[in-house]
Amino acid sequence: MAVVLLLYTFTAGMLIDVPARFVLHETIRNLFFHVPVWFTMILLLLVSLIYSTLYLRHGKLAYDIVAEQLAKVAVVFGVLGFLTGALWGNYTWGDTFSWLFADTKILGAFIGLLIYVAYFILRGSVPDEEKRARISSVYSIFAYILLIVFIFVIPRLTDSLHPGNGGNPAFSTYDLDNTMRLVFYPAVFAYFLTGCWIASQLIRLRILHYRKHNINI
Amino acid sequence: MNHSKVFVALLRKEVLSEWRNKYAISGILLYLLSIVMLIAFTFETTDDRTWMVMFWIAILFTSVNAVAKSFLQESEGRQYYMYTLAAPQLIILSKMVYNTLLMLLLSSIALLLYVVSLGYPVADSLSFLIAMLLGAMSFAATFSMISAIAGKASNSATLTAILSFPILLPVMRILIRISLRALPQESLQVNAQDMLYLLALNVFIVVLALILFPYLWRD
Repeated sequence: MAVVLLLYTFTAGMLIDVPARFVLHETIRNLFFHVPVWFTMILLLLVSLIYSTLYLRHGKLAYDIVAEQLAKVAVVFGVLGFLTGALWGNYTWGDTFSWLFADTKILGAFIGLLIYVAYFILRGSVPDEEKRARISSVYSIFAYILLIVFIFVIPRLTDSLHPGNGGNPAFSTYDLDNTMRLVFYPAVFAYFLTGCWIASQLIRLRILHYRKHNINI
Repeated sequence: MNHSKVFVALLRKEVLSEWRNKYAISGILLYLLSIVMLIAFTFETTDDRTWMVMFWIAILFTSVNAVAKSFLQESEGRQYYMYTLAAPQLIILSKMVYNTLLMLLLSSIALLLYVVSLGYPVADSLSFLIAMLLGAMSFAATFSMISAIAGKASNSATLTAILSFPILLPVMRILIRISLRALPQESLQVNAQDMLYLLALNVFIVVLALILFPYLWRD
């Protein structure tokens, strides 16, 4: 457990790089915000999933705490992804909200958020910790894997305005030049680290809470 | 006992317990009837698109009620007893197969009621029937697994709905897309891709459930 915590505090130290703002013209700047935020959500949820499987394998409550807090932070990033996406859509597609449910990729992301809100409600309705941890781990694995299938597979089968779908190439193929790459990849990394850092704080808080109540984890 | 024997016994047990609780299945049928009548009386006449979308929504809500109870209805004691007798994989698989059959029955009844009250506008019946079959499979599989999860928590009836609707939303979308294409003309060829995809998704759900279910039942 100490190793996990150390690892997280270590990442916190690297946070100084975060405000990777690079002023470019046009809304393409949003690429540094919208896209990394989604990547971060998916990555955080992936790590959360890994901890859920670890919990099912070893039965240590600490793994479940990590999984829960990571999912929490991921949902926040997901909401941010929606907000930045709405802003972007406002300028490029000409309308903020009307496309919201017409697009399969957005639908996938929306489902993802719904799944994790449901996950928290599920957690809330099981009072016993061990049981809660096990049940929610099972649900999270079940739902996440299906979510990945929806987000990455379904949109490729249908038409969509969103870049990277339905014959629209993603940005990287034509207009992500090298300077932007220099900002984009660190941005993804930085957001991910920020997410991990926030989650690590939340995890420590939970662990302290358990210690305070003398629950052995 | 070998696996297939246990499986058949479990399936038999499902059918028997449904038969002995006739009020449950009649409740579902009444529910279905009221939904269809509600749609029929509020829309009076429907255009084809509304007909189809409302049909699937009716099926979805019926299946929440029909399938979701599959793990909720059994007392804890009986569940423990079952787990001493059979492998958990077999239990979930038998529930899924039984629920698929139940869903097929219910969707046919729904279709019948629907046709009687609102007419039948579908040109490509084969596509539509395959969609109904695939839909029954995915609803049954998802709701069986989710109700196993929700059955462990309090207020499980609400939980089943909120846990499974996000997962079923894309499934519904594909189902409705297939059926809308089936409305105007023969479209089996166009629909084949979506159908295969849905089938793959069903297999995926079943496999995931088989892997994860054994973790659920131990208390």
